[in-house]
Amino acid sequence: MKHIVKILTLLVAITGFWIGLLQTSVIPQSHTWLLPIYFVVSLGCYGLLMVGIGLMCFPTCPQEALLLQEDITEAKEYLKRNAVDVRSD
Amino acid sequence: MEGKNNNKYSIIVPTYNERMNIALLVYLIFKHLRDVDFEIIVVDDGSPDGTQEIVKQLQQLYGDDRILLRPRAKKLGLGTAYIHGLKHASGNFVVIMDADLSHHPKYLPSFIKKQLETGASIVTGTRYVKGGGVHGWNLMRKLTSRGANVLAQTFLWPGVSDLTGSFRLYKKSVLEDVISSCVSKGYVFQMEMIVRASRKGYHIEEVPITFVDRVFGSSKLGGSEIVEYLKGLAYLLLTT
Ligand SMILES: Nc1nc2c(ncn2[C@@H]2O[C@H](COP(=O)(O)OP(=O)(O)O)[C@@H](O)[C@H]2O)c(=O)[nH]1
Ligand SMILES: [Mg+2]
Repeated sequence: MKHIVKILTLLVAITGFWIGLLQTSVIPQSHTWLLPIYFVVSLGCYGLLMVGIGLMCFPTCPQEALLLQEDITEAKEYLKRNAVDVRSD
Repeated sequence: MEGKNNNKYSIIVPTYNERMNIALLVYLIFKHLRDVDFEIIVVDDGSPDGTQEIVKQLQQLYGDDRILLRPRAKKLGLGTAYIHGLKHASGNFVVIMDADLSHHPKYLPSFIKKQLETGASIVTGTRYVKGGGVHGWNLMRKLTSRGANVLAQTFLWPGVSDLTGSFRLYKKSVLEDVISSCVSKGYVFQMEMIVRASRKGYHIEEVPITFVDRVFGSSKLGGSEIVEYLKGLAYLLLTT
C-alpha cells in the first residue's frame, strides 16, 4: 500500500469519528465544529515544538573537530613520507 | 575485530575534486580497518583538480587490489556513481561513504560489529542519537536539518532517525535491489534509498556517528535544497 493511502485512511478514520461526534452530539455541536481547527493547530504546534526541541538539544561535537585535525596531521605526515602528494593549495 | 569474519567489504567512495581528502581518507581507512578484508572503490568523475593522480599514487602505496580507481569521464551525479562503483564491487558487503572526511573511517568497525551482531541488511549511521553529533553547522543549517527531519518523521514514518545521512553499510544484494528502484538525486536520493529499503522490510540497524563539516574543498550539493527536499518528500509519499 502506498504511504499516501495509509495517511489518507487515517484522515478518513478521523473524519468519520468527527462526523460521528457531530451526529450523536456527545459534546456540544459548537465545540465539535471547531475540532478540525484544533486538530490542524495542534499538529502545527507539535511540529514547531519538535523543531524547537531538536534545535535546543542539537547534538554537537566540537571535540571531534579537534580529533580530526590530529588525524589529518598524522595522515599527512605518513603520506608525505610515502610519496603521496598532499601539499595543500 | 573477531578472527572469523570472512566477509569482504567494498567501500565505495564517490569523488569530485577531493584530491586532499581522498588521500587522508584512504590512510584513515587503512588505520582503522586492520583485520578486515576490504577494498576501496573510488568513483571519480573526471575531477579537474587531479584527484585521480593522487589515487594512482595511493595505489602505488597500498596496492591496486586494495584501491580500485573506476573513473567516469564527466560529472554525472552521485546516484549513478554508486551504481557504477557497485558494478565493480567484489565484496559481499558494501559501504558507502563521502570522501570529504565528514564520514570518519573510525566508525567503520562499529558498522561492521553491529552488522555481525544483528545480521542486519543495512546499518546506517545516525547523527541524532546519543553518541552522535554534528560540528560546523550554522543555525540555518541546523534549522533546515531539524525541520526536514520532523517533516519526514511525521509524514513518512521511515523507522530510522537520520534520513539524509549517507554513511551506510549494505549487504551487496540488498543495495543492488534497493538502488535499482531509486530515481531521485542529491539529498533526496539518500532518503529514498532508506525509505524504500524500510518499506521492502529489510532489517535496518543504526549506529551513532559524528559529522564534522568538511575541512578541505567545497560542497557540491546545494542550490535550492529546500524545494528539492519538499518535492522529494511528496514523491516518496506517493510512490512508496
Ligand atoms: N563521482 C561523483 N562524486 C560526487 C559528485 N558530487 C558529489 N560527489 C562526492 O560525494 C560526496 C558528498 O558530496 P558533498 O559535496 O560533500 O556533499 P555534502 O556533504 O552533502 O555537502 C563527496 O565525496 C563528493 O566528492 C558527482 O557528481 N560525482
Ligand atoms: Mg560533505
